[in-house]
Amino acid sequence: MAEHSMAEHSMVGALNQALHDALHDDERVLVFGEDVARLGGVFRVTEGLRDAFGPERVFDTPISEAGIAGAAVGLAFAGWKSVVEMQFDAFSYPALEQVIDHVAKMRMRTRGRVDMPIVIRIPSFGGIRGKEHHGESPETYYVHTAGLKVVTPSSPLDAYRLLRHAIVDPDPVVFLEPKARYWPKETGALTFDEPGIGVGRVLRDGDACTLVAYGAMVVRCLEAAEQLAADGIEARVVDLRSLSPLDLDLLERCAVQTGRIVVVHEAPRTLGMGAEVAARVMELAFDHLEAPVARVTGWDVPYPPASLEQRYLPSVERIAAGARAVVSY
Amino acid sequence: MQILAPDGSTVGDPDVGLSTERLREALRWMIVARRLDRECIALQRQGELTVYPGFEGQEAAQVGSALALGADDFVFPTFRELAVALVRGVDAVRYLWYHRGTWHGGPYDPRATRFGPICIPVATQVVHAVGYAMGVRKDGSDAVAIAYVGDGATSEGDFHEGANLAAVFGAPAVLFVQNNGWAISVPTRDQTAGEIWKRAEGYGMPGVRVDGNDVLAVYRATAEAVTRARRGDGPTLIEAMTYRIGAHSTADDAGRYRDDADVERARAFDPIARFRTWMLAEGRVDEQAVEAFEHDADAFAGSVREGLVAQDPPPAEWMFDWVYAEPPSILDRQRREALG
Repeated sequence: MAEHSMAEHSMVGALNQALHDALHDDERVLVFGEDVARLGGVFRVTEGLRDAFGPERVFDTPISEAGIAGAAVGLAFAGWKSVVEMQFDAFSYPALEQVIDHVAKMRMRTRGRVDMPIVIRIPSFGGIRGKEHHGESPETYYVHTAGLKVVTPSSPLDAYRLLRHAIVDPDPVVFLEPKARYWPKETGALTFDEPGIGVGRVLRDGDACTLVAYGAMVVRCLEAAEQLAADGIEARVVDLRSLSPLDLDLLERCAVQTGRIVVVHEAPRTLGMGAEVAARVMELAFDHLEAPVARVTGWDVPYPPASLEQRYLPSVERIAAGARAVVSY
Repeated sequence: MQILAPDGSTVGDPDVGLSTERLREALRWMIVARRLDRECIALQRQGELTVYPGFEGQEAAQVGSALALGADDFVFPTFRELAVALVRGVDAVRYLWYHRGTWHGGPYDPRATRFGPICIPVATQVVHAVGYAMGVRKDGSDAVAIAYVGDGATSEGDFHEGANLAAVFGAPAVLFVQNNGWAISVPTRDQTAGEIWKRAEGYGMPGVRVDGNDVLAVYRATAEAVTRARRGDGPTLIEAMTYRIGAHSTADDAGRYRDDADVERARAFDPIARFRTWMLAEGRVDEQAVEAFEHDADAFAGSVREGLVAQDPPPAEWMFDWVYAEPPSILDRQRREALG
């Protein structure tokens, strides 16, 4: 296994290194998708991989999202582990039938006889002034599908860790990459260590309330927590990381310890992750809650054009206001 | 491509490379498959199966193509390929667990017989076959994947994506279309304005149309496609022209969209009668042997019935057992809730 020393990493670079190391460590791993080989991906996440591992293991496909996901299923029957890229969030939709009917269900459909070690990488969410169909939050579609795991990192080092875990997982993992966090840098060593899938992380401690987020919203929650701290409100910040399976133990602990929960996500509010978190917290720790769970989310509208996206996305101010509301309830 | 005319006379070279023994095997499988198909319809009427999709009239297309496959080749079927499953050695009772509502997909071991899970989402299995073919090629194997689809499936996006991927990657795959004239209630002429086999040229692969009720022609066309794929020359699209004698399924009423007279006319092209006539005329089989096949078929259908009705509903644990390799704790909580 590759050893990496302390360095500065962007998420793009960390993901690229994770793919490189996974291809190196396991010769059954394949990387394919649209523009991933010659170009190295539209975000350069797969840059250099074809040169390093050859066109049999890293290859471009026709524009064919259902074909890409379906081919990964057939390749799994033949013992290959596919890491495929859907170029953008909304472009993953043509593959939904394959993902829901086969990728997610094939283990069940074969009574456990065939593993589906497939990772579906999807550059996701908004915040980069993209065109329409380039800023969507598709997580609920996948989280609602039994048989899939769904993860999303918020930082470069965790992106490396989560992608390594996703690739060795015998079950299919939908890997949502927050485009808005692709380029900011983080200093540290890339390590394939714990925590893996299914475990959330506390990134900032506090006892006044807990801000629960994932993807690019984690950083906004950390900023909101700084603002709140200036007013003497110490907010805990949780990065869910794993949207399915959810870390129920962590949610329960935060509800018990802080009594106040604010869920933050870019996706529309209705049936978003916030609904699930609120319901779980209520089931697990109702007697400990000091305020209703608050949701600071995108609106129930199609993702807006670039000039309006900051009016759609939860801002640091909206998050801080949500926290103040639950604290003063 | 045609070798046997409907009256059992030859219009092409009948030497397709099958020994007399194998020809008898083909006839036997066709007789056994039809008998089991009829048994399944009876089982459904008696409440022992849920909905069942019959395949009467398609025995030559299924048995002829299946016999052209090697042990290492992999079948990706629809929900109507019971005859292919039998030839592949799939346990019929396990197969019919699917139609009994016992379990989804492939209740048998799909890897043991290289016969994939029964696939209902139309044409989605085409892409699986292509992916599998790409995969075995990467391993240096000369195995081939075959995807079965119907005429209706060729209107689906996944059929196109699979065909295109297969050709682009030169995958060792055979796309085997059974054009049985009907996609539930819609006749082929309302399904596609062109000829299905001719699309192959646009994809950059060979296409062939074969009389799907002529088991010798089906065998030859499939064997040629398999050979081509095995030697690294890529995929082939085969359109086997046949006819669905029965309804789409036991839940369907074909009388609402087609005349019984059309079905009666189609019976004149019966694949078993034609082959049996030729086999008898050629002295490859005698009446006694055919009777023995029919007796075998009765006995087999009886034993499948017996095995099937003895099958109790599965334990509720099965709902949870294979969702993930390792059940996450969030699912374990539900499992305990469900099972008490």
